[in-house]
Amino acid sequence: MNNNQMCESDGKSRTGSGTGEYFITYPDQVLENVLENVLLFLKSRYDRNAVSLVCKSWYRAEAYTRSDLFIGNCYSVAPRRVTQRFTRVRSVTIKGKPRFADFSLLPQDWGAHFTPWVLTMASAYRALEKIHLKRMSVTDDDLAVVAHSFPNFKELVLVCCDGFGTSGLAVVVSECRCLRVLELIEDEVTDDEVDWISCFPSDGVTNLESLAFDCVESAINFESLEKLVARSPLLKKLRLNRHVSIPQLYRLLIRAPRLTHLGTGSFSPSEEQPQNDSSRESDYLSAFAACRSIVCLSGFREIAPEYLPAIVPICANLTSLNLSYANIDAEQLKPVIRLCHKLQVFWVLDSICDEGLQAVAETCKDLRELRVFPIDAAENAEGPVSEVGLLAIALGCRKLQSILYFCQQMTNAAVVAMSKNCPDLVVFRLCIIGRYRPDCLTGEPMDEGFGAIVKNCKKLTRLAVSGLLTDKAFCYIGQYGKLVKTLSVAFAGDSDMGLKYVLEGCTNLQKLEIRDSPFGDSALLSGLHHFYNMRFVWMSSCRVTREGCLNVARHLPRLVVEVFRRDEEEGGERGDFVDTLYMYRSLDGPRADAPRFVKIL
Amino acid sequence: MDLINFEATELRLGLPGSTDDQPEIKSTTSHKTNKRSSSEMVSSVSDEHDSSRSPPPTKAQVVGWPPVRSYRKNILQGKKNDQAETGSGIYIKVSMDGAPYLRKVDLKVYQSYGELMKGLQDMFKCIIGLYSEMEGYKSEYAPTYEDKDGDWMLVGDVPWDMFLTSCRRLRIMKSSEVIES
Repeated sequence: MNNNQMCESDGKSRTGSGTGEYFITYPDQVLENVLENVLLFLKSRYDRNAVSLVCKSWYRAEAYTRSDLFIGNCYSVAPRRVTQRFTRVRSVTIKGKPRFADFSLLPQDWGAHFTPWVLTMASAYRALEKIHLKRMSVTDDDLAVVAHSFPNFKELVLVCCDGFGTSGLAVVVSECRCLRVLELIEDEVTDDEVDWISCFPSDGVTNLESLAFDCVESAINFESLEKLVARSPLLKKLRLNRHVSIPQLYRLLIRAPRLTHLGTGSFSPSEEQPQNDSSRESDYLSAFAACRSIVCLSGFREIAPEYLPAIVPICANLTSLNLSYANIDAEQLKPVIRLCHKLQVFWVLDSICDEGLQAVAETCKDLRELRVFPIDAAENAEGPVSEVGLLAIALGCRKLQSILYFCQQMTNAAVVAMSKNCPDLVVFRLCIIGRYRPDCLTGEPMDEGFGAIVKNCKKLTRLAVSGLLTDKAFCYIGQYGKLVKTLSVAFAGDSDMGLKYVLEGCTNLQKLEIRDSPFGDSALLSGLHHFYNMRFVWMSSCRVTREGCLNVARHLPRLVVEVFRRDEEEGGERGDFVDTLYMYRSLDGPRADAPRFVKIL
Repeated sequence: MDLINFEATELRLGLPGSTDDQPEIKSTTSHKTNKRSSSEMVSSVSDEHDSSRSPPPTKAQVVGWPPVRSYRKNILQGKKNDQAETGSGIYIKVSMDGAPYLRKVDLKVYQSYGELMKGLQDMFKCIIGLYSEMEGYKSEYAPTYEDKDGDWMLVGDVPWDMFLTSCRRLRIMKSSEVIES
């Protein structure tokens, strides 16, 4: 941009001295062109939304230059409205079902279909390169449309999606010649008994940079996979499913030593191979040793723990380690974790016990994100981790930003300690598996612990609570949780006051999911001023009545208020109360694809 | 005075640990220990039952709690077979003569043959109709299944619970191809 061209507010353009004078006939047009050039650098959608509000000219320029589209709730806007406003989109991210769908709380055919989106985009966005979907229902036909409609298609990322199978994958990999990224993360992929991995074009090299299929349950044609890896020189990320054994992994590693992200597959010997094959162990060690670039390691889907030491050569480089499918104990973890000085992200099973967490706390001083999953999710299970492990992490990992911790018992003291020692916490999700469990030491509710978290962790944006909680906990959350955007509540609170505190206090709240808590109609009303600012509100098995929901719907015409029963019985009510309430703002009114059992008020 | 809990000593057909009067889910008793409060005599009997119990127990489970995705609940189990249990589901393959894709259904989702038929009909967009012992299936298609022994049976012959444990895969055949036994 020529700094000598000064654009005055009267619309005239003048040049600076030394460059000679000339007149531009359409100054507004120039302004818009200039703006467009500047806006190309603007990536953040929040900034872009602000830009679009300045005036019509800026709105147009912004719409013309937006290349990355983010739709947080697929029902908040109709596809056609989107494609008419934004005409030059290269990348689309769409999120569908609410998160509680992951826990079987949403009926199977509820919606979030990708089909209307893909059909609209097929004609509107010929230059589309990237599709990223989360919790959407995607069919094989949808994938076929993707494969046929976008000649420049490069990246497909599907997270927690379902509705498609290996046939759909086969179409994508065979027809999308520019494909760089295919990442299937925690999807449910039907086994259509199609050998999709053999469908990649076999001539020449591929453009593949990332291939992740660890969630695909069906067996894989290993020979084809091996050949594919061998002709993918740009491959940096490879995540295998549990049908790939250690000896097969070895063969892949020696062909792809420049990998940065690896999902190891089963990490156990194949069935034909004898156990305790010690001659191979040194091979595996050297294979890993050759992979100097691996920074992110996951997989271990059916781990034979005696093979874990094979990863020792790369531990010092790891910034991310996911052992959350590996049933290993503290003694098996220690030799490995002791070397992971650079670790920032660690996912693990509670089988490592408090002792294992202590080892983590001693070594991983740079830890930012920790997730501890339960190996036995039953409510009366033994519970190998407790407040002891949480405290150890709190004291050892001062840089912690995000934690998800499942346990059977907890104390307020440990939670308070974490609130004080980890001031950078952005995400705090504690799940005490036994419902309504108080502080196991004092017998008191867990109010004070969560209160300390919202009070001391000034950057907190995401919170999930559990254990015995009274309305006091919610009073704290409403009072101090000013930055909280996502709140998850289950089996907590005493009365409507709890929800009122939250709706009145949490000014930045966007996503609210509540189940099995005694919040009712009057509490709902206290959020009327805020619901339009939210992405969604979910309340299931609470004390909201149909009348209460109708009331909200009447007050807020742009809010789609859905009521349904988990078991798909019609009507949506279970006794006096509504089974599930799910509401969200929408520019285009109630959706046309709601199944019979969903009542929109 | 300790009361003797007769329930623990009575003969029942259910698995140890299951009771008929299990209402909804508030677990207010004994958060800290796993043992039920009971007299000495009964506790020795129920301990025996506890140790012989293999996961997962048949006690009432709260849906979706704890919030762990179903495939993560599988880790304690060993290798999967065709009848893979994903969390609390029983997934089996379903094929239909003439259909291009194989599907999978979760049998646990259905409480009866009627519901299963409805689910299959929706899935394959066909009419299977209802089964009557006398007349078989009055429609173009007949659902069959492969049982534990590898035999192909007509769906509906055995009680639903027995079907759940013995069904390995489903095949919806053209009625004309079903051999009457």
